[in-house]
Amino acid sequence: MEFFLQNLVNALQWGSFYALIALGYSMVYSILMLFNFAHGDIFMVGSYIGLGIATLLLGLGVSAGWAMPGWLVLILTIIISMFLTAFVGILVERIGYRPLRDAPRASAAITGLMIGIILETGNLALLGARRMSFPPLIKSVTYDFGGVFVTNKKILIVLVSLGLMYALHNFIQRTKWGMAMRAMSYDYLAVPLMGVSLNVIAPMTFAIGSGLASAAGILYGLAYPVLDPYMGILLGWKAFVAAILGGRGSILGAALAGFLLGFIEIFVAMIFPSTLRDLIAYSIILLILTFRPYGFFGQAHSTQLRL
Amino acid sequence: MESTKSNPTLSQDGFWSRLRSGLARVPVIGWLAGGLCAVMVEYFLGDALSYYLGLPKIPVLFGFVTMLKKPLLIPSSTAYVILVYLIPLVAVGLLTAGPANRLAAFLHRRALWLSAIIHLVLLYTIIHIWSDISDYRLLLLKLTMIAIMLTLSINVINGYMGEFSCSHPGFMALGAYSASTMTLILFTNDKLFGPALLPPALGPYCYPLALIFGGVVAALGALVVAIPSFRTRGDYLAIISLAFMFIVKSVIENLEFVGGPRGMGSQPNWSNLPTVFVWTVLCVWVINNFVRSTMGKALNAVRDNEMAADAMTVDTRKTKIVTFMFGAFWAGVAGGLFAHVLRYVNPGTFGIQKLAEILAMVYFGGLNSVVGSVVGAVSINLLSEMLRPLELFKWIVIPLLLILVMIYRPTGLIAFREFDVRKILRPKQ
Repeated sequence: MEFFLQNLVNALQWGSFYALIALGYSMVYSILMLFNFAHGDIFMVGSYIGLGIATLLLGLGVSAGWAMPGWLVLILTIIISMFLTAFVGILVERIGYRPLRDAPRASAAITGLMIGIILETGNLALLGARRMSFPPLIKSVTYDFGGVFVTNKKILIVLVSLGLMYALHNFIQRTKWGMAMRAMSYDYLAVPLMGVSLNVIAPMTFAIGSGLASAAGILYGLAYPVLDPYMGILLGWKAFVAAILGGRGSILGAALAGFLLGFIEIFVAMIFPSTLRDLIAYSIILLILTFRPYGFFGQAHSTQLRL
Repeated sequence: MESTKSNPTLSQDGFWSRLRSGLARVPVIGWLAGGLCAVMVEYFLGDALSYYLGLPKIPVLFGFVTMLKKPLLIPSSTAYVILVYLIPLVAVGLLTAGPANRLAAFLHRRALWLSAIIHLVLLYTIIHIWSDISDYRLLLLKLTMIAIMLTLSINVINGYMGEFSCSHPGFMALGAYSASTMTLILFTNDKLFGPALLPPALGPYCYPLALIFGGVVAALGALVVAIPSFRTRGDYLAIISLAFMFIVKSVIENLEFVGGPRGMGSQPNWSNLPTVFVWTVLCVWVINNFVRSTMGKALNAVRDNEMAADAMTVDTRKTKIVTFMFGAFWAGVAGGLFAHVLRYVNPGTFGIQKLAEILAMVYFGGLNSVVGSVVGAVSINLLSEMLRPLELFKWIVIPLLLILVMIYRPTGLIAFREFDVRKILRPKQ
């Protein structure tokens, strides 16, 4: 039982990364009916931006003679790098997606993939091939809940990601901009006629998704403090799978499927040898999609491929 | 003629336009003769010429690598390319235009297969002599031809049928591993499977069987992707095929008897240039006939509107299953050839990286077009070799190029073009 609960905690942490990244995929899909294949690499860029900001803030604190407390640095880092990474997302939309809005969808997928490769290589060229370590911003404290060991970082990661998801939900359901986004995902042809420009809503969606990915990147850096330029590939593709599994364009579905994917991976690794993790996780996904081809929350509307 | 003599600027213009109209009259067989001359010149005079031009050795890839590595050698490598390739090609092409046209007309009246075989033999001679200069060229040629097969086979699924299938590295892995397992068990003494079961001398003759076996295994694997495609398409199929790719990779990593994550080596060296060439030609021929058949038209119907196709008596299920298995078969054969070219495969080869490469080739070259696939495979392969001296920045230049192609020609360079052999080989006069 304790073993199970321990893994449950791990799975919650692991799933929250997937969920945060999957939200970005899903939001872009709901507006543009396209997946942003550069999203995994935006996660990587966000993580590196977070690393830069955190190092900068710590250095500023030292030079000013007043060492900032770790939690303050963390909060500032998350906010500033979410803001900065949002611009990376806007740039990706402007370069890779806006010129291709009327093109076949597969072409936009290719530009996304290629922008991802450029981001990875650009990072390698700028920072070199060595791996960088994320500064430990908060001291790790382990609590013992009757045999289940939980670190304060895990609690923090799960709480921050749940908080961000709640904020996103409120933004989409309660604000005017959120209403515009919902309307756009309902009908992207008629809504621009009502005075809501797709050229505003689409970059906004990319910005919000990239901000969430950046937050995920910083939280990932807290939990696993070694960053390398290719870290976005594995997590990004798995989060993409989660976004599909949740039902395309469904925010709630993406979050739930992200957590589900985390659970599947952790529990498979718990029961079977860990080399079988990918095999069993993907086989389960294949089975789910074979019997429920439109994901958990997706509608079975027939979409015409624009080719 | 008189007016061109009276006006010097017009006469210059006349030279270029005469050259252009002269070049337009050269049939394919004339170009092949010119190419043959060019590679012969390089074969016999290349060493001496590069010595006199101050080049360290014969430029391997039309001087591009030399130019990027040592900018001071740009004039001499340009001179080398002009002297060795351009002048013989154009001169022989122009001079033999008359006889070549008569020969082409003669062949045109005979059966198509005879004409095609003569052209192919010429083409093979050219690439054989060209690749004789260095092993690097040989390896590059083999890998390029395998890339042509892969690109064509994915074009059948992604271009002609309009699915977004990401499972090609998986099919390739299935083919590579099954073909290698068969040759290693039956014909080779090796560490993994012990002594050969059949006399190794039989091996090269049974090698096509091993490749076909690899293709068949890949085709059976394609059923995993094809059956879910009855109910869904688009993004969900993309995920299913992606999951299939990861599953194949992970299964191979966990199978100890094929070497697991360490990979599988010491395949016999049977993928020589003629073998790869023959298989590539076979692949182009079969796929070209497939997409021009009734079945090929059914593919386009399924892509454009599945429901309408169904109403027009197209059996969409059969079409999808046949297409997936057909594409996967050729990917498997290409994988088998690939394994015997490199003589080592490991599961890491067939991952996301390979997928990005294959997708780049097919979308660069052009969807729904055999010529486009060949162009895409050859250009991406040559480009990534030519830009090798740029090291890391190669992976910024090539993606940027691809993004530009996607923005200005969203379906690729040469999309939606029929590949008619008879039209290509016809005389130009």
